[in-house]
Amino acid sequence: MATTTATRSFLQAVATEEVATPLRKVQMEGLVILKIIKHCKDHSPSLVTGQLLGLDVGQDLEVTNCFPFPMREEDEEIEADGANYQLEMMRCLREVNVDNNTVGWYQSTLLGSYQTAELIETFMNYQENIRRCVCIIYDPSRADQGVLALKALKLSDSFMELYRSNNFTGEKLRENNLSWVNIFEEIPIKVSNSSLISAFMTELEPETPVIQCDYDRLQLSTSSLMERNMEFLIECMDDLSVEQQKLQYHYRSLSRQQAQQQAWLQKRRSENATRRAAGEEPLPEEDPANPIFKPLPEPSRLESFLITNQISNYCSQINGVASQSFHKVQLMKALHEE
Amino acid sequence: MAASNRTVLQFSSSKTLSGKVHPLVIFNICDSYVRRPDQAERVIGTLLGSVLPDGTVDIRNSYADLHNEIGDQVLLDIEYHQNMLLSHQKVNPKEVIVGWYSTGLGVTGGSALIHDFYSREVSNPIHLTVDTGFANGEGTIKAYVSNNLSLGDQQIAAQFQEIPLDLRMVEAERIGFDNLKSTYVDKIPSELEGMEASMTHLLALIDDTYKYVDDVVEGRVDPDNKIGKCISDAVGSLPKIPSSAFHKLVDDSLEDHLLMLYLSSITRTQLSLAEKLNTAAQIL
Repeated sequence: MATTTATRSFLQAVATEEVATPLRKVQMEGLVILKIIKHCKDHSPSLVTGQLLGLDVGQDLEVTNCFPFPMREEDEEIEADGANYQLEMMRCLREVNVDNNTVGWYQSTLLGSYQTAELIETFMNYQENIRRCVCIIYDPSRADQGVLALKALKLSDSFMELYRSNNFTGEKLRENNLSWVNIFEEIPIKVSNSSLISAFMTELEPETPVIQCDYDRLQLSTSSLMERNMEFLIECMDDLSVEQQKLQYHYRSLSRQQAQQQAWLQKRRSENATRRAAGEEPLPEEDPANPIFKPLPEPSRLESFLITNQISNYCSQINGVASQSFHKVQLMKALHEE
Repeated sequence: MAASNRTVLQFSSSKTLSGKVHPLVIFNICDSYVRRPDQAERVIGTLLGSVLPDGTVDIRNSYADLHNEIGDQVLLDIEYHQNMLLSHQKVNPKEVIVGWYSTGLGVTGGSALIHDFYSREVSNPIHLTVDTGFANGEGTIKAYVSNNLSLGDQQIAAQFQEIPLDLRMVEAERIGFDNLKSTYVDKIPSELEGMEASMTHLLALIDDTYKYVDDVVEGRVDPDNKIGKCISDAVGSLPKIPSSAFHKLVDDSLEDHLLMLYLSSITRTQLSLAEKLNTAAQIL
């Protein structure tokens, strides 16, 4: 009796487990942060990726270790080599008791230009194998301003569904109420360290009153960063207008086609009227063989969505830098007057 | 007596080395110590890095090795060691073996054997010890090189000599010790929060300086020429700009940034407008 209830509760437990709890937080070890930063910085400005290892605990995703991927190359053979490398590394790390569970990947970015079709593709690939995965984005170019530019991202569920059916027409988007804002979801990051590391860091923390990140933050010249941000923004704007033109072109040809269809129908009807008057069988009012009845494919909105995302990202970065500069200028002013 | 007898006791002389440890190495070592196998007393591993032009050994990365210690015997999994080395070099070919680490305080008996192994991989390896047990109440991190003590051609002993170690951690400072020091940080500080912290920092420093100068002027503290010089240098480094020019500079900068802000807001408005128009457009 007792066993049956136990089994049932176990079964129930398993059943409830199936309902995926939403991912609330990503808990990263300091070690992982350091490793990611080292890897991204060593290879900056080229962009690099690596794999995150950890555990999936309840609503949190714990990232306890990671390892870098070698630079990707086009060669087929080397690509196969890369897969071997990944397996080998996982095996080696397992032997020293590192969590052997892939939870996602990390990649570096330049000024936050990460919203690309490749990222989405990689995410979908990971999602196939792991129920919950996350992508950590690190921006080495912003580290010079004393900012720890780490972000944890995932794709929203509704977007993934739409992506699977690969249907990004205006109608579908309206139906699902999906706009560019809710493609990516940002997940808050927590940092955790083992007590041992905490003890060592307390021991090693320097006595000096000023640390490197203060120097970096109080740097007065931000114009080069601003300039690059603006350059990227302008580029994105150009891309967006190209996408818009594609869409406009589509609408124009669509309306032209509809006009042609109407004309054809008119003609057929008058023809039928004369045929009926002559006592002949009327011709059908539709002709699937005619090329003007072929439906025109609507261009995918995905690209323009991604570009829009990037633009809004650049905007918020410009906002951020500008407001930082305001503070610095005000501080300078105050100091000068003293 | 010594002249007739040609056998002399020799200390192999090595030029004075120094080491620089990156915080990642400490983190790695601590993590592998926490995850060590059940019965293991200590963990050992390989240090990767490079030798800088001035002779400093830059220890940038590390990985744990599999090993087993039974009594005096040390078993090291060489195949594992080679595999890991190959994997690491695929990612960063510039990082080579510079030495090895072990947890625990100071050099122990088995260390000479392991050191011997690493000497074959690289000339003059560094031995880093990290006291994860906090044996004397503090986390001692020390680095050694080995000197051969030979009698004639015969090597009779190895002497471990401590070398200076640079533990300043610029990388860790960049991330902020607050994030690395505590066991739990709820969220990463945003740009403006970081800015605020830095400013408070700066203001506190200025206050300290004021207080010191006031104290000296009123005779509460003995003047120190060195500090005085530093303060005068700091004040002197501020550029002397006439007030009107300075105001113009400030205003220009503010205007520039306001323009940028305006531009980015306009862009955003455009985006949301375009979004509405695009998805709401009904096909005729």
